[in-house]
Amino acid sequence: VNYSFNSPLTLCLLLLAAWCMVGLAGLARPLSIAFVGRTLFPVGAVIGAALALVAAASLAHPSSERLILPIGLPDLPVHLRLDSLSSVFLILLGAPSVGISIFAAGYFRRGEGTAPGLLCLQYHVFLASMGFVLLADDAYAFMLAWETMALSSYFLVTAQHRIPEIRQAGFLYLLMAHLGAIAILLSFGILQGGTWHFTFDAMRAAHLAPDWAAVAFCLALIGFGAKAGLVPLHVWLPDAHPAAPSPVSALMSGVMLKTALYGMIRVSFDLLGEPVWWWGLLPLSLGLFSALYGVVFAAPQTDMKRLLAYSSVENVGILFTGLGLAMVFAGVGMHAPAALTLIAVIYHAVNHAFMKSLLFLGTGAVLHATGERNLGHLGGLIHRMPWVAWLTLIGALAIAGLPPLNGFVSEWLLLQSFLFAHEVPRPFINMLLPLGAALLALAAALAGYVMVKFFGVIFLGQPRERALQDARDAGLVERLGLAWLALGCVLLGFFPTTIISALSAVTQQLRLGRLPSSDAPWWLLVPIPERQSSYAPLVFFAAIAVVVVLVFVSVRLVYHQRVRRAAAWDCGFGGLNSRMQDTAEGFGQPIRHLFQPLFAIVRELPGPFDTSPRYRLEIGDRLWIALYLPLGTLVRRVADKVAWLQQGRIATYLLYSFVTLVVLLALML
Amino acid sequence: MNALDWIVQLMGIALALAAAPALVGWVNQCRAWLQNKSAPGILLPYRGIRKLFSKDAVIAENASQLFRLAPYVVFGTMLTAAAVIPSIATQLPFTRAADAIALIGLLATARVFASLAAMDVGTAFGTLGARREMMIGFLAEPALLVVIFVVSLTCATTALPIIAERLSAQAFSLNPSLAFTAVAFTMVLLAENARIPVDNPATHLELTMIHEALLLEYSARHLALMEWAAALKLFNYACIGIAVFIPWGIATSHAPSGLAASVVWLAAKLIAAGAGLALIETLSAKLRVFRAPEFLATAFLFAVLGLLVRLLLGA
Repeated sequence: VNYSFNSPLTLCLLLLAAWCMVGLAGLARPLSIAFVGRTLFPVGAVIGAALALVAAASLAHPSSERLILPIGLPDLPVHLRLDSLSSVFLILLGAPSVGISIFAAGYFRRGEGTAPGLLCLQYHVFLASMGFVLLADDAYAFMLAWETMALSSYFLVTAQHRIPEIRQAGFLYLLMAHLGAIAILLSFGILQGGTWHFTFDAMRAAHLAPDWAAVAFCLALIGFGAKAGLVPLHVWLPDAHPAAPSPVSALMSGVMLKTALYGMIRVSFDLLGEPVWWWGLLPLSLGLFSALYGVVFAAPQTDMKRLLAYSSVENVGILFTGLGLAMVFAGVGMHAPAALTLIAVIYHAVNHAFMKSLLFLGTGAVLHATGERNLGHLGGLIHRMPWVAWLTLIGALAIAGLPPLNGFVSEWLLLQSFLFAHEVPRPFINMLLPLGAALLALAAALAGYVMVKFFGVIFLGQPRERALQDARDAGLVERLGLAWLALGCVLLGFFPTTIISALSAVTQQLRLGRLPSSDAPWWLLVPIPERQSSYAPLVFFAAIAVVVVLVFVSVRLVYHQRVRRAAAWDCGFGGLNSRMQDTAEGFGQPIRHLFQPLFAIVRELPGPFDTSPRYRLEIGDRLWIALYLPLGTLVRRVADKVAWLQQGRIATYLLYSFVTLVVLLALML
Repeated sequence: MNALDWIVQLMGIALALAAAPALVGWVNQCRAWLQNKSAPGILLPYRGIRKLFSKDAVIAENASQLFRLAPYVVFGTMLTAAAVIPSIATQLPFTRAADAIALIGLLATARVFASLAAMDVGTAFGTLGARREMMIGFLAEPALLVVIFVVSLTCATTALPIIAERLSAQAFSLNPSLAFTAVAFTMVLLAENARIPVDNPATHLELTMIHEALLLEYSARHLALMEWAAALKLFNYACIGIAVFIPWGIATSHAPSGLAASVVWLAAKLIAAGAGLALIETLSAKLRVFRAPEFLATAFLFAVLGLLVRLLLGA
């Protein structure tokens, strides 16, 4: 075993250990915000940056370095491996966490229920466990890290555990996380294929019967889908992500969901070997459904963080759609389109990590400044909080998929790969697949709607409450964190060729080969040269910027620059006030109207003679009512029956032990 | 890539800039004739823009920087879009920077900025307009994308100049998938350009309008830019339609005679398209706002039908 300290894997391990140490240091002075916030979180940010750099270096020189650590149970050492796929996701973990940790340094001012030092421990253990998930090379290590990740994030979600809703959200999260973990565990159990070796190498070498392989794939899809929030396993996500403090929401939506994508890619492209093409149809269709479902539910939300959580469901849907498409392509031997699709998926995952973190942190800043998370009580904050507003605007435009920012590039790539779908040599399927592009386009366009609502209602218009007049902009440290993520969104959008060539190390590792090389200059993105479809974000942006500046200057030179301020047009009636703007409910109304069958709507309208008129609108999830409530009732009923066993007398319990022992002995003999 | 390419490219942009208000004027003129009214001159939109530029800008008290930035961004994106669309020639250097999907993204950027600016002042009409504009947009955008998809499947590329070149090289034939998508595209064009039956460009009754509600708070140079951008948008959509469905006559090289013929062809097609647009507007009645999604959903389904026909028949 090679323990040299300059190998990337050892460096990664040391950095993850450093994260744990930073967390433990928080316990030294748990109540000192100056120490925990101003010292420990910036150190955590530096470690994140170092981790991203080490991973980037290892991506540039792929090596598949291994390490066996003799810790844990006897004869069960921890296997670790750093390959291209892990490296990419380590960058996805490290780079956004820099911005999130910097923001958190300024954010945790008062403590959020839990003592700041304890939060610091949970936060950094959460980060480190995500890193270990990406490095694990055997099922034990993977599950250990996976469970640590679930538990630490559970404690972070329930930071404000005195609020009943948050406790409830935390419970649901923990429950779904464990159901998912069981499915993953069973999947690994099948993947070892009778060898009883649980290293990933043994799983790669194991030959599974096709049926068992399909079962393993489905279990993995359930397990990782539950973690990612794939519909119908998404119910915990819109409750749990908003419940956490904003930097944690950012980590959970931005980064943790991607560990599920990592697991899915690892299982379906690496451990199972060559994917079978029709397996891909399952994540593809579930993904499309999730994308539409998530964005349709995001539109009528009135809680800004819940809106973002549903938008995460949408993006997870886009990721799984791409993953499924890549599996179909790989399964039928179309390797270049498969590589293109997988690159688009990973690219989108990285993009989403930046933009969703940025948006969640933006809501955190708004929450701190105003104490409001209900869109109906916000508005006009661009005047009071210009920094937060303009930086959040970048994130909103990016996630709406507008060029030249990063969200557009990955969606563009995904649409380009859908253009190959009709060449899949399977009748009927090759006609259905291109329709996926139409649904994807619909989801992307709806995301634009949602983001206009999100940004417009919070930051534009007139303040809907008087208290908003006193809102103060985020502090310098928080602005730095936001700016880092916004910069990420811009750079990821401007330099797609660099990123794609870096990502092709992953597709090479997964035996899909790299994209066909083209003689295009570095600023021009031509993924498939024979198609001649090209996109150059830098030129694109420069052209718009030049035109805008030219028009601005020439209008000012040729004419004048006189400006007068006056009251807004009130149709001659007078008395316009801020309550007359569209509310969040109002802005979501067309979507509610159009997609009515999806929602379970409870509406309370005021009557004409009410002395205190009340309007109440609640939008429920039909899947929750149709799927989860009956399941919950069933579980409760069975539990009630089983509770008969618990008689509360010591003698009875001793009898149970005795009977169990006798049965076991009988079985052994 | 040589100087001549760039000259033709700039010519195309200049042509769009100059001819866009004339197209609007022409449509208005045709519509007035069809409705038996005395028609305004074709140059009226130019006069309107000139008048607006020399007026004092009045900005609402609550407006932020975003409100003042938006007209420039909307105008800039529309002009950039004009540079991407092959209107008179297909050998355009700038078009490599953006394919048809990026073009749709560009149009979406303009829409989002216009909507955000409308929400900025915080009046009931502004937010109402923004909401309706985005509602139209989220239905029209995927329909347009599927239209582009069908054409891209036919030509195996999403680069618009190459699509126009390949389609113009084919002899004219009644292609069923293109026929379906042409219907879908026309419906999207009507909706996106605030035309009857989705919106009424002539109305100023606040409760029924969409596009005008977005512009309600704008005045003077900002309004002029927004109006000009709207004209450019109509011109761009018309040129996309021409490049995709009736590309014959477009110059595929830079021979001066070909370019001259191409300009004449383009003018003839635009005159016909404008007259057709006026005819559609005269023959149909404005839909209630809540019927607009049905109209656009029909467009989306037509486009999807075109896609299916294309995949089924391979034509």
